[in-house]
Amino acid sequence: MSEATVGTAAAGVASDTVATSRPAVLGPALKDAVASGIITFLLLLPLVGFRATESGSGPLTLTYRFGLVAVFAAIVVVGRLLLHLTLWRPGRGVKGKAEARPRGALAEAAGAWSGRMIIPAFFLGAIAYPIVSVVLSGGLSPARYWVDLGIYILTYVMLGWGLNIVVGLAGLLDLGYVAFYAVGAYTFALLSTSVPLTDFFAGTLGQDFWPLWSFWVCLPVSGLLAALWGVILGFPVLRLRGDYLAIVTLAFGEIIRLVLINWVSLTNGGVGISSIPAISFFGVPFNADDGGFASLFGVTYDSMHRMIFLYFVILGLAGLTALVTVRLRKMPVGRAWEALREDEIACRSLGINTTLTKLTAFATGALFGGFAGAFFAVRVRFVSPESFTFMESAVILAIVVLGGMGSQIGVAMAAILLIGGMEMLRNLTFLKNEWLFGPDFDPTLYRMLIFGLAMVLVMIWRPRGLISNRLPSIFLKEKKAVSGALVKEGHG
Amino acid sequence: MRPWDSDPILLVDHLSMRFGGLVAVNDVSFRVGRGDVTAVIGPNGAGKTTVFNCITGFYKPSAGRLALLKDGPASASEVDAVTASDAAWGRTPAGAVYLLERLPDHKVSSAARVARTFQNIRLFTGMTVLENLLVAQHRALTVAGLVNPVALLNLPSWRAHEKTAVDRALYWLEKTGLVARADDPAGDLPYGDQRRLEIARAMCTEPVLLCLDEPAAGLNPRESAALNHLLMEIRTGHATSILLIEHDMSVVMEISDHVIVLEYGSKIADGTPEEVRNDPRVIASYLGVDEEAVADVAADVNVDLSAEADL
Amino acid sequence: MEVFLQQLINGLTLGSIYGLIAIGYTMVFGIIGMVNFAHGDVFMVSAFIGLICVLLLTTVLGMSSIFLILAITLVVAMLFTSLVSWTIERVAYRPLRGSFRLAPMISAIGMSIFLSNFVQVAQGPRNKPLPPMVPDVIVLMERNGYQVTLAYKQLIIMAVTALLLVGFWWLVQKTPLGRAQRACEQDRKMAALLGVNVDRTISLTFVIGAALAAVAGVMYLMYYGVVNFADGFVPGVKAFTAAVLGGIGSLPGAVLGGLLIGLIETLWSAYFSIEYKDVAAFSILVLVLIFMPQGLLGRPDVEKV
Repeated sequence: MSEATVGTAAAGVASDTVATSRPAVLGPALKDAVASGIITFLLLLPLVGFRATESGSGPLTLTYRFGLVAVFAAIVVVGRLLLHLTLWRPGRGVKGKAEARPRGALAEAAGAWSGRMIIPAFFLGAIAYPIVSVVLSGGLSPARYWVDLGIYILTYVMLGWGLNIVVGLAGLLDLGYVAFYAVGAYTFALLSTSVPLTDFFAGTLGQDFWPLWSFWVCLPVSGLLAALWGVILGFPVLRLRGDYLAIVTLAFGEIIRLVLINWVSLTNGGVGISSIPAISFFGVPFNADDGGFASLFGVTYDSMHRMIFLYFVILGLAGLTALVTVRLRKMPVGRAWEALREDEIACRSLGINTTLTKLTAFATGALFGGFAGAFFAVRVRFVSPESFTFMESAVILAIVVLGGMGSQIGVAMAAILLIGGMEMLRNLTFLKNEWLFGPDFDPTLYRMLIFGLAMVLVMIWRPRGLISNRLPSIFLKEKKAVSGALVKEGHG
Repeated sequence: MRPWDSDPILLVDHLSMRFGGLVAVNDVSFRVGRGDVTAVIGPNGAGKTTVFNCITGFYKPSAGRLALLKDGPASASEVDAVTASDAAWGRTPAGAVYLLERLPDHKVSSAARVARTFQNIRLFTGMTVLENLLVAQHRALTVAGLVNPVALLNLPSWRAHEKTAVDRALYWLEKTGLVARADDPAGDLPYGDQRRLEIARAMCTEPVLLCLDEPAAGLNPRESAALNHLLMEIRTGHATSILLIEHDMSVVMEISDHVIVLEYGSKIADGTPEEVRNDPRVIASYLGVDEEAVADVAADVNVDLSAEADL
Repeated sequence: MEVFLQQLINGLTLGSIYGLIAIGYTMVFGIIGMVNFAHGDVFMVSAFIGLICVLLLTTVLGMSSIFLILAITLVVAMLFTSLVSWTIERVAYRPLRGSFRLAPMISAIGMSIFLSNFVQVAQGPRNKPLPPMVPDVIVLMERNGYQVTLAYKQLIIMAVTALLLVGFWWLVQKTPLGRAQRACEQDRKMAALLGVNVDRTISLTFVIGAALAAVAGVMYLMYYGVVNFADGFVPGVKAFTAAVLGGIGSLPGAVLGGLLIGLIETLWSAYFSIEYKDVAAFSILVLVLIFMPQGLLGRPDVEKV
C-alpha cells in the first residue's frame, strides 16, 4: 500500500548520493538502498507494524504486522538498488530527476494542435460516447455503468472548467469552490421540494408543472444565486494575496458546509434533502405512462433513457462552459483576467479596476459551479452536506492544476485521468486473489490514498500540469504558443 | 511667468509623503507644462519614484494637492473650487480638473488619463506583445460594460470595435518598431524592446500625461537615441505631455523643456535644462559637496556638466 | 463567574495544543513561504503513534507509572513524527522548491489526503478510545454546587507546553540553528552564499515543527482519550487560524494566537452554541485575514510598486 511513498521517499534520499563522477557504482548504491530501507522500516514501524485493534466493546489491543513492514522495506531496498544500477546509474547522462521533466512530447503536440483539432475531436468523442458504450456493452441496461461514469466525469470536467476561470485565467487561488457547487445543488433541491412553491404552481399551472419543470426553471436560478454568492464572498477577500486568499476561500467553503449541517430547519441538516424530482425531457417525464418520453417517441420504455438524457444535459452544460470561456478569453474582461494573473500593479496602471475584474472572474466561476450543482442534485436526487467537503474542492483544484492552469483541453484530460482513474481503482477486484492480498482486501479503501499520492507525484513530475503552454487570445500573423515558463501564476 | 506656469497640465502643491517616521517627500510643489517634456532628476533616494507613485495613484500622499487640468487650462479659483468640494473631479469651462490624490489608482489612468511605466519593467510576460497592447485598451473596449453581450456573441459591431483596437496597437507597434514581434510573448523580447513596448502600452491608453520612470535605464547608446526619437514623436504628434524620471543626463538635457531637481525629498531647483545645469546647489548635490563649498564650485563650473552626467 | 473560570481553564488547555501546532505552520511559512497543509495530518499521525506507544507500554510491557508512560510516549512520538515530517519535506516539497508557486501547495494537499487515508487503511476508520489516563482533578473553588476544577491532565498540558516553549525559544534565539533559520527567512540566497546550509535548515524547521506537533498530538490523545484518522483537518485549520491571528511568521504570535483561539472556542461553546463553534473558528480566520492580515504580532506587508 505504501511502496510508492517509500519509493519516492527513497528518491529524495537518493538525489544526494548520486555521484557525478564515474567510479564505484555498487558501493554507494548499496549504501543508499540500505539507508532507504532503514528509513522505510522506521517510517512504517509504528502505524503499519502495530495496529490498535478494537476487540468487541473492550479496550484496544495491539496486533502486529512486522512481516508486512519488512516486506515493504525489502521492496524499497531492492527497488532502489535496481534503480541505481539502471536508470540512475551515474554517467548515464541525465539524472532521474532531470529526466522526469522534459518538455513533454504530449504537451508539445497538444499545444500545437489544441486550437483547431483537439477540442472538436473531444466533443465529437463525448457525443459518441453513450452510443459507443451501448453498442459495446450490448444493450441499454448493461451500458448503465459506463454512461453513469461518463456523467460523473463530465461533471468534473465542467467543474474544472469553471474553476479554471478563477484559478487558471485570473490566477486567484480558490480552495472553496465546492461552496458554489453546494449553493447550486441546495438551491435546486430546496426550491423543487418546497411545499409552498409546489402548491402555488399546482394552483396556477397544473399539478404536474413544478415536478416536471422545476429543474429547467431552477437551473438558471441556481447558477445566478451561486454567482451572487461569489460576489458576496469575493468582495471582502479579493484584496488578499496568494495563500491568504486560498485559506479564506477554504474557510468560506467550510463555513457554508457547517451551516448546511447545522441549519436543520432549512436544510434538514446532515440527513440531507431527498425525493428531489427527476429530470424531465423539457416537461415530458421519463416514465412508462402515456405521454411519457417513451410513448411520445414510440420506443419501449427503459430507465436508461433518462440517464442518457442526463448525459447529454451535462455535456451541453460543460460545452456551454467551454464556449463561454473561449469567448471571454478573447474579450477585454478575459484579457484583463490573464493580465491580472501576470501583473496586478501593471493592470492598475492601465486603468483596469482590479477588484471588479476579480469579482467577475469569481462570479463567472461560481455561476458554472452553481449550474453543475443543480445538475448534481437532479442526477442523484438527493443532497447532503457530505457531498460538499473540502475534499471536493481539493479534487477540482487538482484537476485544474494537473491539467495545466488555463488550458481547457488539459483540464478535460486531467478530469478524465483523475476521476476515471479513481473509478477504475474500484474495479481492481483481481487483487482479491488469494495469491495477492486475499479476499478481505478492499481496493476501494485505497482510492483516496492513491489519489493523494498521485497528486504529489504529478506535481513533482510536471509542476505546471499536463499542458503548460498558453495559447494567445489574438494574433496578427501567426498563432504561437507561449511557453509555460513565461506565464505567471498570479499573486492573489 | 515661466512657460510651464502659464498653461500647466499638472499642479503639484505642497506634496508630502511619510512612511512611518520617514519623510520621503517633503512639501514639494511644481508645475508640469502642457505639451512639455518635464524631467524630474535627483540622486538615489531623493523621492522621485515616490512622487511618481503619488501622481499615478499608487500611494495616497500624506499631504498636498495633485491637480490634473485635462483638456484645457483652468484658473486657480476653478481648481480651488474643485478642491473645496468633496468630489475627486469637476468640470471647468475649458475641460476638467481631476484631483489625483482623491482618485483610486485605476481611475487615475481610466478617468484622468495619466499613464505610467515602471522602473523595473512590468509587462505581462506570458502574453504576446499584441495582447499587452490590447489589455491597455481595456477602458476603450469596455465602455459598453465589462461583460458585453455584443462581444460575447462576437457580433459584427464588436468585431469592428476590436479592429479599431488592433489598429491602434499596430500604430504603436510601428512607432516602436515591434511589428515583427507582435505575436511573440512579451517576456521573450530583449530588454530595450521591452522598455519601448511598455511605453507603447502606456500610449495605448491614450493618456494626456505620460509618466516614465527611468525609461533609458539599462539601454545602450543606440537604444537610448531611439528612445529620444520616440519621445519626441509622442510630444509633437500627440496631445500627450511627458513627465519623466531619468538618470541619463543626455536624455534629460536633450529632450526636456523643464527640469525639476529633488534632493532628500525636497525640491532644490526648477527651471530649464540650461538653468539647472548651472545651478550651484544642483552641482553640489550631484558632486557631493557640502553647502559652504557650493560657491567655490559654482565658479569652476562654467564647464559642460553633461560630460559627467553618468553620475 | 464560575462557569467563566472553568471555561478559561479549558480554553487555555485547548489553546496550548493549538499553539504547539501553530508553531509548525508559522515556522514553515516564515522560512519557505508555504502553508504546509499536511501539518494538521502530521499532528494526527503523531497522536496515533502516541496511541500505539501507550498501548505497547501498558498492555504489552505492563507499565503502570503514568508519568513514565507519558514521558516515553512523548519522546517516541516526537522521534517518529519528526522522521515522518522530514521525509515529507524531502519527498513532496523539496523537489518543488523554487518552482511554480502552486505546486508545493497542491503537493501538500495531496500529502494531507495521503496521510489521513494511510492512517485509515493502516489503523481502521473507527474511533480509537483509550481508558482515561489521568482522571484526578483539583477542585479550585465551589459555589452553589458548581465546582471549578483543574484536571491534572490540564495542568500537565500547560506545564509541558510552557516548558517546551522555553526550550524552543532558547533554540531559536540562542543557537546557530536559530540564527541560520532567521537568516534563511530573510533571504535564502544570501544565507546560502554566506555558508548556511539552507536545505538542512529547512529540514530542521520541519523536524522541529513536527516534534512540537507530536507533543500536541500526545497531549490531545491524553486530554480527549480518543483519536480518529480524520482528526487532523479541523485542529489543523484552527491551529493555522491561530498562526494567522498571532501574525504568521511570528513565534510568540503563534502561541498567543493558539491561546486566543482555544479561549474563543470554549467560551463560544459555553455561551453561544456548541454546534457553531467551528463556524466561529473559521469566521475568525476570515475576519482576521480580511481586516488584520498582519495579525497581532506580525509585521505589516508593504506593497512594492
